Amino acid sequence: MLTISNLHARIEEKEILRGINLEIKPGEVHAIMGPNGSGKSTLASVLAGREDYEVTDGSVTFHGKDLLDLAPEKRAAEGIFLAFQYPVEIPGVTTINFLKTALNEIRKYNGQEPLDAAQFLKRMKEKAKLVKIDDALLKRSLNEGFSGGEKKRNEIFQMAMLEPSLGLLDETDSGLDIDALRIVAEGVNQLRDGKRSFVVVTHYQRLLDYIVPDFVHVLYKGRIVKSGTKELALELEEKGYDWIKNEVDALETV
Amino acid sequence: MSSIDNKDASGLKAELIADFQSSQAKLNGKSALPVHQLRGEAMQNFDKLGFPTTRHEEWKYSNVSNLVKQTFDFHTKTDFNQADLDKIPLPHLTGNVLYFINGVYNAELSQIATAENKLKVIPFADALAQQPELIEGYFGKYANYETDAFTALNTALANDGVVVQVADNKIVEEPIILRFISDVRSANVGSQPRNLIIVGKNSQVKIAEAYRTVGEEAAFVNTVTEIIVDESAMVDYYKVQNESDKSYHIGTTQVYQKGNSYFYAATATLNGGFVRNNLNVVLDGEHIESRLFGLYVPNGKQHVDNHTVVDHRKPNCESHELYKGILMDKSTGVFNGKIFVREDAQKTNAYQNCRNVVTSDEATMNTKPQLEIWADDVKCSHGTTTGQLNDEAIFYMQSRGIPKKEAIRLQLLAFAQDVVTQIKIDSIREYIEELILAKLEAA
Ligand SMILES: Nc1ncnc2c1ncn2[C@@H]1O[C@H](COP(=O)(O)OP(=O)(O)O)[C@@H](O)[C@H]1O
Ligand SMILES: [Mg+2]
Repeated sequence: MLTISNLHARIEEKEILRGINLEIKPGEVHAIMGPNGSGKSTLASVLAGREDYEVTDGSVTFHGKDLLDLAPEKRAAEGIFLAFQYPVEIPGVTTINFLKTALNEIRKYNGQEPLDAAQFLKRMKEKAKLVKIDDALLKRSLNEGFSGGEKKRNEIFQMAMLEPSLGLLDETDSGLDIDALRIVAEGVNQLRDGKRSFVVVTHYQRLLDYIVPDFVHVLYKGRIVKSGTKELALELEEKGYDWIKNEVDALETV
Repeated sequence: MSSIDNKDASGLKAELIADFQSSQAKLNGKSALPVHQLRGEAMQNFDKLGFPTTRHEEWKYSNVSNLVKQTFDFHTKTDFNQADLDKIPLPHLTGNVLYFINGVYNAELSQIATAENKLKVIPFADALAQQPELIEGYFGKYANYETDAFTALNTALANDGVVVQVADNKIVEEPIILRFISDVRSANVGSQPRNLIIVGKNSQVKIAEAYRTVGEEAAFVNTVTEIIVDESAMVDYYKVQNESDKSYHIGTTQVYQKGNSYFYAATATLNGGFVRNNLNVVLDGEHIESRLFGLYVPNGKQHVDNHTVVDHRKPNCESHELYKGILMDKSTGVFNGKIFVREDAQKTNAYQNCRNVVTSDEATMNTKPQLEIWADDVKCSHGTTTGQLNDEAIFYMQSRGIPKKEAIRLQLLAFAQDVVTQIKIDSIREYIEELILAKLEAA
């Protein structure tokens, strides 16, 4: 479904992604771990189409299309969803109105009729339950004054509403207490249907106890330096990142 | 009365002075009436003051030099009628709707719904000619015709507009909507409407002034409204401007509030080549509340200048001010907000906020809050911000499938909404929403 080949990207002259290769098949969950500043958010942002980054080399195909050629909104309509590490507050636009607009734009792109108010409301009620998000919250301005946990839950709620084929979760676990973490993970697990894929970016392996990945990759200095299965995450939890850093840094100096 | 010598004057000023002299000649002995004495004084003031230049502190960012070079016909005969009206998209207005074409009241187009024992509506021209005693106690008593050149000009030359009088203890349910249309289909037209709104004790009323242009020539509207809000009265006042790029609008709304009264204003400037609004509120009693809102969305080369003065003269009053601007293309905006808290005005709460979004590098906004506080036990705050829309917020919306243009539009609409929702005459609020939508759509 998603093929990343030799992806290089930079921001303001600074090369951050330095040759990423990754293949994601339908239904798979890939975890991406790595120390702070290794480029995890950059990778997620480049896939979602953030303009600040310049792709200098490599390619990304998604469902057979050249992803890098598409504007962010088209990528979303093609089925990419990015759950932000830092969800943005948008005063004056309610979550409900925001999602109604988003959903119907995506449907339009895919040649579907817009949902009417009743259909939309029904879907909203259903999905809100999934992440135990309060109706009252959805009537408020998007993310404005939400707690950290509420913002993250809102991200997963939005993902549930938009039903992407690939969800990119950027540190959705950060800032969550264990109960909130469980709710969020639960929500994601319910969206796993054998076809939908996920990239779960996380710093800690904690989340992976709940969202069990098929593959774990370690990103360091803009490259995937190690790949394995969920056992790799446990090993990282135990030993930290230093041994990997040392390995890579030793190789680089050779 | 000393004579006015216009041999140095040129352009618009000369035209206006000549106009005044010929109107004086037609007074037939009424010139001794106090109202006409006052008009004469005002004309002398205008002659002395002349049109302001950008050297004038209050006009630093608003240059009227292009206005004063032109001439305008202040006495056009227009046959503007219902058929013409039907051609321009208007909100469906109910209540008391008064039409002024080129500043002159048009009875045929107008409708008055409220009973006369609650509400008296008299064209200003009639009041001036037939019942000067009706306006004597108010006319020119509030608006500053001494040092404000445009107000002086209006005071001297205004030939129509409306006098609205709400009796004591009345709730006027139907809004009063004053529609001013500049018909510039065949010539440059000038008009100087003068409105006097007197709201009695304990009474409530909603009033809107709406301005627009029809036609391609230049329009000059120099308007003055004086509003007297008696004790415990509640007045909602809206000013809606949708004028052409070739129009000049200079308007003063002078408000005088007595104790326990409530005044609520929203000024929405949708279009206009050159717009200068002065909104001056005097709080001359205790426990008064004043709320002033403003919204301006200039594009192209439009210029919108809002000057406000909130003058707290007595203790225990509260004023709130929120002005918001969306500036597109090469447009310019000015906000100048003065708050005076006089020595007597202890326990004043006065808040002022002006927030702007510029959507282009070539748009400019000048803001100047001015607080002068002579009392010591007061709560005052002011703030101004001017910035671009947040890129991160735009990307966030895009990442959910919303095209960039739509994301920008949604955020700008949301930004404007704080002010738009303040307008409580539904038809007018919806009209404003439509105009904003159309304007942002075109951007
Ligand atoms: N907007 C930016 N401007 C400059 N440098 C940035 C910007 N965003 C990220 N970086 C740099 O890129 C590197 C990778 O950042 P990021 O992708 O956020 O890492 P991670 O998510 O793995 O912690 C870091 O060194 C960071 O400082
Ligand atoms: Mg990150």
